[in-house]
Amino acid sequence: MIGYREIIKEGLWNNNQALVALLGLCPLLAVSNTLVNGMGLGIATTLVLVASNTTVSLIRNWVRQEVRLPVFVLVIASFVTAVELSMNAWFHDLYKILGIFIPLIVTNCTIVGRAEAFASRNNVPRSALDGLSIGTGFTLVLMVLGGLRELIGQGTLFSGLHLMFGEGARGLVFSLGDDYHGLILAILPPGAFFGLGLLIALKYLIDRRLEERAARKAVQAEPATDTAAAPAEG
Amino acid sequence: MKFPVHTSPYGQLPNSVTRLMALVLLALVPGVAALVWYFGWGVMINIVIATTTAVAAEAVILRLRHHRVKRTLMDLSAVVTAVLLAISLPPLLPWWLTVLGTLFAIVFVKHLYGGLGYNPFNPAMAAYVLLLISFPVAMTRWLPPEILANVQLTFGQTLHTILTGHLPDALTWDAVTSATPLDEMRTQLEFNKTISEIRQSPLWGDFGARGWEWVGNWFLVGGLFLLWRKVIAWQIPAGMLAGLLLTAGLFWMFDPETIPFPGFHLFSGGMILGAFFIATDPVTASTTPRGRLIYGFLIGMTVFIIRTWGGYPDAVAFAVLLMNMAAPTIDYYTQPKVFGARKEEDG
Repeated sequence: MIGYREIIKEGLWNNNQALVALLGLCPLLAVSNTLVNGMGLGIATTLVLVASNTTVSLIRNWVRQEVRLPVFVLVIASFVTAVELSMNAWFHDLYKILGIFIPLIVTNCTIVGRAEAFASRNNVPRSALDGLSIGTGFTLVLMVLGGLRELIGQGTLFSGLHLMFGEGARGLVFSLGDDYHGLILAILPPGAFFGLGLLIALKYLIDRRLEERAARKAVQAEPATDTAAAPAEG
Repeated sequence: MKFPVHTSPYGQLPNSVTRLMALVLLALVPGVAALVWYFGWGVMINIVIATTTAVAAEAVILRLRHHRVKRTLMDLSAVVTAVLLAISLPPLLPWWLTVLGTLFAIVFVKHLYGGLGYNPFNPAMAAYVLLLISFPVAMTRWLPPEILANVQLTFGQTLHTILTGHLPDALTWDAVTSATPLDEMRTQLEFNKTISEIRQSPLWGDFGARGWEWVGNWFLVGGLFLLWRKVIAWQIPAGMLAGLLLTAGLFWMFDPETIPFPGFHLFSGGMILGAFFIATDPVTASTTPRGRLIYGFLIGMTVFIIRTWGGYPDAVAFAVLLMNMAAPTIDYYTQPKVFGARKEEDG
């Protein structure tokens, strides 16, 4: 059985749904034009993921194998509806900006994927944690990509923060100054693809560096066995 | 006595990549000279900036990719990309936009897709579109041709403008720059003027606008040279010109007062340059004989469609990029028959 620490690591890094599994790309690319938009959709997705994973895990022994997918989708759809209505009530401006992409969380492959691959086979605490860590990993990528595109495209960070945290947050908006023209392409759809591609490349670069370092450490740790084995092979 | 045994291919063309690219550069000379003649030193400065950036970027990224830097740089493809981009840019464009565009062309469009021979999109045109979409104001500040200009900028003034992004004192952008002929035609048509009214302005020459059409002619000379040296296939330029002329001609016949006549389209904007130098890029174009005709024709047609009903005055870059995407499909359906092969019959 997979450990809790493992679940967190998988969701945030090793099996990051946006960078490794490349699931949920449609909302990822469409709403990541500012950091706040990315964060809003990310949090909504995480909420749905935790709730749906928990519920699916609760009912996993009562749902027949043949009808499990429709049942999962029903569960997910009800949570998405709940999240959508709450956002409409409490974050109305953000709700208007994210628009169609909130109801479309239903179709996000990540969610039904986690329900099928994880929650339907694991107990409730593990499934809930999996939903949280997968959702957080997805949210972080959305925020980094959104922040990157916002910074390059319009020279600001955290613009629209007041949509989530009230008027007081307006002062936190960071700006490169009015002289910055902005590379509008970064905000347009091609910018999303370029940005995601670069992030994936960066992840693989970090992974490779880590592997190399681990390999070097392993060699340094046991140099005696290496030299001892060499003549035997020769 | 020894008889060496050779395997096929027996007939080999002497064309190497370096030779092809050098010939392309040579063929660009008359057109570039004409551009400098009509639009001033800015064109030349842009070429220098872009070429330096392109070679430096190519060297760095080749090193990162563990390729042999010197040998690959010698193929001159980066220089051709840089020159093609530079001559598409407005002569007074601030230097950092030229650098940005060139970096995008070499690093993103060319090398991230695998380098020369693997890039699905024409690097120069992708960079041009990036700049046009992101910096529309700077990218549409064209100079009027020298014969019509009120103000002549000296070499020093041009250099100052490119490096600082500001005109020398006592000059304003409105006095120095003017709309391109395609832009002018479009604006006037939007005011509901007829073509014959519009063409009474001293701006216009025999086909396109004065100055501009001559630049087109000189690029045509270079293009014919490339055809003669068999550097480019005749199908692409022929298809592209036919695509534009036939489509424009058809609509012009029905409505000569709101659709400019085909000759205007032919000698305006980047059409001639595009037909002979840009759409013929061997990497991103279609490669079968019939496919090339179709590819060229579709580019010509798309140019007319975007110029007439689209959001931008010129469209060669957009049309080329769109058809770059279609090129693999066109190739797939136009494979030539192997010599001696017969159509398969049932039974």
